[in-house]
Amino acid sequence: MQITVTVNGQPYTRDVEPRLLLVHFLRDHLALTGTHWGCDTSNCGACVVHLDATPVKSCTVLAVMCDGHEVTTVEGLERDGELDAVQKGFAECHGLQCGFCTPGMMLTARWLLDNDPDPDEGRIRETISGQLCRCTGYENIVRAVRWAAGHEAGRAAAGEGAREGTRT
Amino acid sequence: MQVPARFEYERAQSVSHALALLDRHGPESRVIAGGHSLLPMMKLRLARPEVLIDINDLAELSFLGVEGDELVVGALVRHAQLLADPTVGRFFPIFHDAERVIADPVVRNRGTVGGSLCQADPSEDLSAAFAAVRATAVIQGPDGEREVPIREFHRGPYETAVEPGELLTRLRVPLRPGAGSAYEKVERRVGDWPVAAAGAQLRLDGGVIAEAGIGLTAVGAEHFAAPGAEEYLTGRAPGEEAFAEAGRIAAEDCNPQADQRGPVAYKRHLAGELVRRVLTRAAGRAAGRAGDRQAGE
Ligand SMILES: Cc1cc2nc3c(=O)[nH]c(=O)nc-3n(C[C@H](O)[C@H](O)[C@H](O)COP(=O)(O)OP(=O)(O)OC[C@H]3O[C@@H](n4cnc5c(N)ncnc54)[C@H](O)[C@@H]3O)c2cc1C
Ligand code: FES
Ligand code: FES
Repeated sequence: MQITVTVNGQPYTRDVEPRLLLVHFLRDHLALTGTHWGCDTSNCGACVVHLDATPVKSCTVLAVMCDGHEVTTVEGLERDGELDAVQKGFAECHGLQCGFCTPGMMLTARWLLDNDPDPDEGRIRETISGQLCRCTGYENIVRAVRWAAGHEAGRAAAGEGAREGTRT
Repeated sequence: MQVPARFEYERAQSVSHALALLDRHGPESRVIAGGHSLLPMMKLRLARPEVLIDINDLAELSFLGVEGDELVVGALVRHAQLLADPTVGRFFPIFHDAERVIADPVVRNRGTVGGSLCQADPSEDLSAAFAAVRATAVIQGPDGEREVPIREFHRGPYETAVEPGELLTRLRVPLRPGAGSAYEKVERRVGDWPVAAAGAQLRLDGGVIAEAGIGLTAVGAEHFAAPGAEEYLTGRAPGEEAFAEAGRIAAEDCNPQADQRGPVAYKRHLAGELVRRVLTRAAGRAAGRAGDRQAGE
């Protein structure tokens, strides 16, 4: 059947079988291979993407269920050629080694910061608890998210200061 | 690579449309909500529906809130929505306790209350929580609505009172002023299904237990409840000894099976201990709420 899914802001229309999973739609039909495909059983979180701004495990969502909806993948995190604060945090804090879990981790982290700009370590660990990393021991992932939180807070404050500066 | 067998896909626009689609496609059709139980089963070919009817657009099934003297939980309410709702936390902390330990935050974004109850997995956490608070399930079919007490809803593993051609639309839970509730689970690792779990709700009146509700999951308790222990508690003063004895009765009455999560004796031990603990916490919360009320009066 024909579906139209908006991925990273761009609508894609494709003819797909109803049994096609979202993860394979993204990887095999749209060539967006940043979304990884791991356990296939909704346990590892490598396949996490945003569906209507909420993280979901794309190995357990049908592509046809996304017809008319919006999906964001890791490819959609950067804006105007600039990496998202979460991506920068992972780079700065060595938040990845092999990188297999990283796209899913970053999308869940982005959602967390959108809802709680200053999460403590416990909150971060709880939020990524459905996602497995076999390399980092999670320590640097937590640091990366904290780095992003601190950076965004700094930027927001600087932005406000600048606006106030022009007003006075 | 796990791929479901071929099926046709239909998206329902309303409850009546979903019912019409179920009627048109017959017993080989199945509704899909979050899909987090159904799709894994279809990938393993344990389920092979010929038609899937997607109910995710049915906003009328996403209602969550107090209506009169009841909490109403729509079948399509996501786990995350139940967990985030302050009214639910205030009246039924049992649901927040349970939701915190169901799967993980990302799965909870997608899985639904109705899907959990209809899946009727013998280890489903919400089945025990809704059994403890004695909810009523509202089922809609071609001939209209009918209501089924939650303790008659589950007929056995993976079997419910929802007949082919019908939909679970919502759960109704009576508000019990001054009651306290709690849920606790033992799992092998974060986000896993329970080795055993228990939920309880207590309403106290004049220093004695006026009403006790106890739910159990993963330990072969019939209808996810512990009626023997509830009966024992009713009319008694709350306290450590009574709660330990209720735990002992519940453990004796359930029927756990040995599997990769543990042997029978261990699960029975957990059932008794968890019942004791949730009764203690539920009583504490009931006392806290009674205090609140007096302070407010
Ligand atoms: C990794 C993982 C971990 C999990 N851990 C836990 C856990 O610890 N504890 C726990 O309790 N659960 C756990 N679950 C299960 C989860 O709670 C359920 O999978 C999920 O909530 C089921 O809801 P759903 O909306 O996804 O149902 P679906 O998969 O869409 O449906 C399940 C069944 O219910 C039927 N159905 C759905 N909605 C209706 C309706 N309104 N009327 C009639 N029939 C309906 C479907 O036809 C299907 O047969 C886990 C799941 C995963 C993937
Ligand atoms: S591939 Fe989806 S959770 Fe592992
Ligand atoms: S970086 Fe290798 S799995 Fe996380």
